[in-house]
Amino acid sequence: MIRLEALTKTYRSAQGDVTAVDEISFEVEAGQTCVLLGPSGCGKTTTLRMINRLVVPTSGKVFIGGVDTDTMNPVALRRTIGYVIQQIGLFPNMTVGENIGVVPRLLGWSAERIRKRSQELLAMLALDPAQFYDRYPGELSGGQAQRVGVARALAADPPVLLMDEPFGALDPVNREVIQDEFLRMQQSLRKTVLFVSHDIDEAVKMADRIAIFQSGRLAQYAPPDAMLAQPANEFVASFVGSDRTLKRLRRIRVAEVMTAADGAVDTRELGVRPSDDLRRVAALFLETAAESLPCIDGDGHIVGRITRTAVASRLGAQLRK
Amino acid sequence: METLAFILHNLPAIGERTLEHISIVSVAVGIAILTGVPLGIAITQSQRTADTVLYLGSIVMTIPSIALFGVLIPLLSKFHQGIGYLPAVIAAMLYAQLPIIRNTYTAIRNVDPALRSAAIGMGMSTAQRLARVEIPIALPLIIAGIRVAVVINIGVTAIAAYIGAGGLGTFISRGISQTDIRQLITGALALGLLAIAADYSLLWLQRRVAHPGKAEGASIARRDARLRA
Repeated sequence: MIRLEALTKTYRSAQGDVTAVDEISFEVEAGQTCVLLGPSGCGKTTTLRMINRLVVPTSGKVFIGGVDTDTMNPVALRRTIGYVIQQIGLFPNMTVGENIGVVPRLLGWSAERIRKRSQELLAMLALDPAQFYDRYPGELSGGQAQRVGVARALAADPPVLLMDEPFGALDPVNREVIQDEFLRMQQSLRKTVLFVSHDIDEAVKMADRIAIFQSGRLAQYAPPDAMLAQPANEFVASFVGSDRTLKRLRRIRVAEVMTAADGAVDTRELGVRPSDDLRRVAALFLETAAESLPCIDGDGHIVGRITRTAVASRLGAQLRK
Repeated sequence: METLAFILHNLPAIGERTLEHISIVSVAVGIAILTGVPLGIAITQSQRTADTVLYLGSIVMTIPSIALFGVLIPLLSKFHQGIGYLPAVIAAMLYAQLPIIRNTYTAIRNVDPALRSAAIGMGMSTAQRLARVEIPIALPLIIAGIRVAVVINIGVTAIAAYIGAGGLGTFISRGISQTDIRQLITGALALGLLAIAADYSLLWLQRRVAHPGKAEGASIARRDARLRA
């Protein structure tokens, strides 16, 4: 869906040319979320801004849906790409409703259609349209404002969403909540998302694929579990942290590891659900001496068992591969 | 008491002079807005042009108005307009330029770069960005510049009575030449009131176009809380 080919950006400065982004190539499939991860100054934001041509590449190409974006009018291109930034950038002279309606208005939608769409999006982002539609951005809290920022990016239903550290300015509690909401929305919307972050936990939580940047170069491009299991080099290993095994637990579901079993529930025994991630399993293994835990579905039936050995071999399997 | 009697006796004349005054100031400021605001926006594109334009504007401000009228007389005499309404409007218009250009320039420059980036990223053209985002956000500060220009011009136009432009300055110039304290006070009082009235009405306008910020948000939140209670 989005393909970067040897994308490069070189800035001229008094000290000579500085290469901010150096021949980045990767491909993101439609409906997937790719997190561009790295420390500040690694070129991840510049890469993102080359996709909607806020930054013009020095060389290399960006293809969206197979179309070379060089051949498109930048203004028209940007109207097909949702854009969310850390500073949110809501226009203070417009109400929440008008802010969400900016791109639809540029595209010439009817006032009625814009209003309906804005209200639908507010509701989707857990903001009561009756209460928020006519407010001004100055009257919103940080979390509310960023929800409106996301709604605005989704307004014209663009297939592609670029998010530049969208939740970076929020407090940890709010960030978790809005991340969860976004993940839930993304399950039904299936946008192709490029998401810049410097937070490994956020990346592991949100990404289908992580592109980790090291001073302008792509150090590794892999699904979160593979990156945590097998960092490509020292830099990636140190960036993802020494607790990378613990971080992997979040992305593995009980259903992937459990072995088939059935039978009645022993009410004295603690159980987990197949949809839980391994963090809960690990916590229970640490708290109790149990060698295995029953996996119980919504109706209270045992559908499998998860054992310490199975978890260990799942976590180790990637290493041996 | 004598002055009061003079004022009451000459109300129609005072009204007429006030209208003359307002006419000169509004035409001058009107032209200054039409030229100064676009110029102020245009120079945000280049630091060097901006420095030059603002420098020239500052030089104009240092010329005493009476000297400027003196310079305009021979120039405009070629068109038989050396004295009167036209030189008054031209001089006032020149003095109005700097506050309007400078405030427009500063206001547009101070628009949060994140807003500019968001506007461009969402697919606004330059004209759309200016019209829908940057100018509306800059408007209170632009109006503040217009306020300063209007108040300066009310003063400059008072001097223009000496080149036969009419206006409230007539009372002052006659008061001086005829050593008539009544006319002097009448002119000064009317000018003062006119300046204050203009300043306050533009201040009102300036506040009206400002977008609701945190302060008003707090009051709305309080109102909502009351409604829920």
